[in-house]
Amino acid sequence: MLKQLRPALVMIVAMTAITGLLYPLAMTSVSQAIFPAQANGSVIERDGKIVGSALIGQYFASPGYFHGRPSATTGPDPADPSKSVAQPYNAANSMGSNLGPSNPALIDRIKTDAATLKAENPNAPVPMDLVTTTGSGLDPHITPEAAAFQVPRVAKARNLPEDRVAALVSQHVEGRLFGILGEPRVNVLELNLALDKLAAG
Amino acid sequence: MTLNGWIQIALFCVVVIALVKPLGWYMARVFSGERTFLSPVLRPVEAGLYKLAGTSDREDQHWLTYVGAMLLFNLAGFVVLYLLQRFQASLPYNPIGMSNVPPQLAFNTAASFVTNTNWQNYGGESTMSYLVQMAGLAVQNFVSAATGIALAIALIRGFARHSARGIGNFWVDLTRATLYLLLPISILFTLFLVWQGIPQTLGSYIEATTLEGARQTIAAGPMASQIAIKMLGTNGGGFMNANAAHPFENPTALSNMIQMISIFAIGAALTNVFGRMVGDQRQGWAIFSAMGVLFLAGVIVCYWAEASGNPLVHALGIDGGNMEGKEVRFGISMSALFAVITTAASCGAVNAMHDSFTALGGMIPLINMELGEIIVGGVGAGFYGILLFVIIAIFIAGLMVGRTPEYLGKKIEAKEVKMALLALLVLPLGMLGFTAIAVVMPLSVASIANPGPHGFSEILYAYTSAAANNGSAFGGLTGNTDWYNITLGITMLMGRFLMIVPAIAIAGSLAAKKTVPSSAGTLPTHGGLFVGLLVGAIVIVGGLTFFPALAVGPIVEHFAIASGQTFGAGG
Repeated sequence: MLKQLRPALVMIVAMTAITGLLYPLAMTSVSQAIFPAQANGSVIERDGKIVGSALIGQYFASPGYFHGRPSATTGPDPADPSKSVAQPYNAANSMGSNLGPSNPALIDRIKTDAATLKAENPNAPVPMDLVTTTGSGLDPHITPEAAAFQVPRVAKARNLPEDRVAALVSQHVEGRLFGILGEPRVNVLELNLALDKLAAG
Repeated sequence: MTLNGWIQIALFCVVVIALVKPLGWYMARVFSGERTFLSPVLRPVEAGLYKLAGTSDREDQHWLTYVGAMLLFNLAGFVVLYLLQRFQASLPYNPIGMSNVPPQLAFNTAASFVTNTNWQNYGGESTMSYLVQMAGLAVQNFVSAATGIALAIALIRGFARHSARGIGNFWVDLTRATLYLLLPISILFTLFLVWQGIPQTLGSYIEATTLEGARQTIAAGPMASQIAIKMLGTNGGGFMNANAAHPFENPTALSNMIQMISIFAIGAALTNVFGRMVGDQRQGWAIFSAMGVLFLAGVIVCYWAEASGNPLVHALGIDGGNMEGKEVRFGISMSALFAVITTAASCGAVNAMHDSFTALGGMIPLINMELGEIIVGGVGAGFYGILLFVIIAIFIAGLMVGRTPEYLGKKIEAKEVKMALLALLVLPLGMLGFTAIAVVMPLSVASIANPGPHGFSEILYAYTSAAANNGSAFGGLTGNTDWYNITLGITMLMGRFLMIVPAIAIAGSLAAKKTVPSSAGTLPTHGGLFVGLLVGAIVIVGGLTFFPALAVGPIVEHFAIASGQTFGAGG
């Protein structure tokens, strides 16, 4: 067995050098050269300032913006950093709620959220994705139904006609790739950026 | 369930089936030492490595030497990974300034990545430096996968050779699996993933000011290179805490589809490598078919359960399938399919939170792991796993007709059957043994997040995932405690190495045997009868072992929910 000690040491060092340093560092250089935008996180800038990433959801609370899905991410308590508090869309600490289907905490949360949504738009059924937390806590998308559901609130808060806001939503619906892969969706950050533009223009 | 969902599932199956033969052809050439199109570049590297290591591709190892070499290499890898974590604060490539990982967590993580489990008691973006991710975790992603492939090839040689002393050379198999197979595919895969949107940067995290004026820190890093091998090598350890649900790890429906295919590609192709090396590709297809039957059964139940949704939510007047813990871009069909794939193979990456699946939807991943992850399985590990079940199935068939069982011209005798049983008993020992202890100790029960039977399922899932070297979790369970760090670490090491040693002992014993010519009394092992027998053996062994545990976990939860009951704390 001791005869195998030399190959064991040589191989772990060689494999670490090849697959652990050479490979990722070379892939970083190549990616930065060919796909610089994606390799650096698909960042979106407005007026020269970074406002987020096209792939990462962000937290919207004001009535004048479309809201993303509930997010269960947490972050350190500003008052006491040893404790963590709810901090939706914390992109440095991704996580889901991990609430099980029979947990009353899940059912109560959905009940409360649904009541708020119902009050906001009594005329449409509450979309499932607006009352369920995202797997990563950072889902950048909502379903087209969830976007349509929020049109009356957003239009009212922005003093815009509903049909103009609805038209903006339909422009931002992304379909399935090749008509097959994935699900129809709306990128909330991109929709809100367009909304700001519409309101300004 | 939607038609579109089924079309996507069918598309996945078609692509995997189409890859089996070409990839199997290539792998069979690589591991037989024949020339491939990469040889002009890689042959000199390979030869140089053997020279440095003091070995040679002409050196054939006895099974004990082969196992010894594998264990020493894994021990060396374990030590390197442990030390990298313990000293990461003083090492380069740490732009975020991560502090050293505590010893219990570093032990658990080292055990986890060396065994190809990739159970994560840590959040990647909040714990690990870029150096640990690249030179520690990703290296094990490569070499633990290569180790698994090497072992599967060694066991295949056991069937293919006769009157032979050796079963190949571990160092050669390890090197070829890494250089000729995993690395070239990972390079192309990385570029594809970056194109789809996965970051690949050594820079610090992104600081953004949101439209509402808040600060958002967005974790990134050298992700794509790691995610490529995490999927291809069925490792599953995420760069980020949320794994493949994180939009940076899995940005699009296309990246999701290709990632799912890459989880199955090598494991599925190994059935063809087997067929080619034993000289009859139909033998490989028979095993592939048995895997296919079990896989489709899982997909149907899981997709149906998730699409049916949660009756307790429907009672609030909200219609639709279960979207808790899922991402909109994947939807229900691709989340359910991913969950079945990741647990059929021993990947353990998740694109949705399994803890929030419906009771029956979450039971399918559990069952897949309990059966030993032999539906395609972990690269290599799944294949030697199913060959153990083949031995059991052949043995049972032999008992029924009162004849010494044989498989591919090799008599299966007491020694092989004993070794196969020994290997297969490790699973219930790790899964049920540790669960039984953990559910009665206040220390371990305190980690449960969801009350009632779901809490039991969380603990059962943890030890099942660890023993099966899967790595997915019912993530509500707080795993980063001394108890779970240590016991799960031990379970992972048991599930990997206590299974490997008997499996390779079988390889050595078979390789030494003479081939007996088949006769009228030989059971043909390439037809439907054999497939049925194999599926039956897997389901009966798994069912008898695990049904009681499932009954007090997901099954009782399902019926409780159906009758409108929830489980509060203390309930």
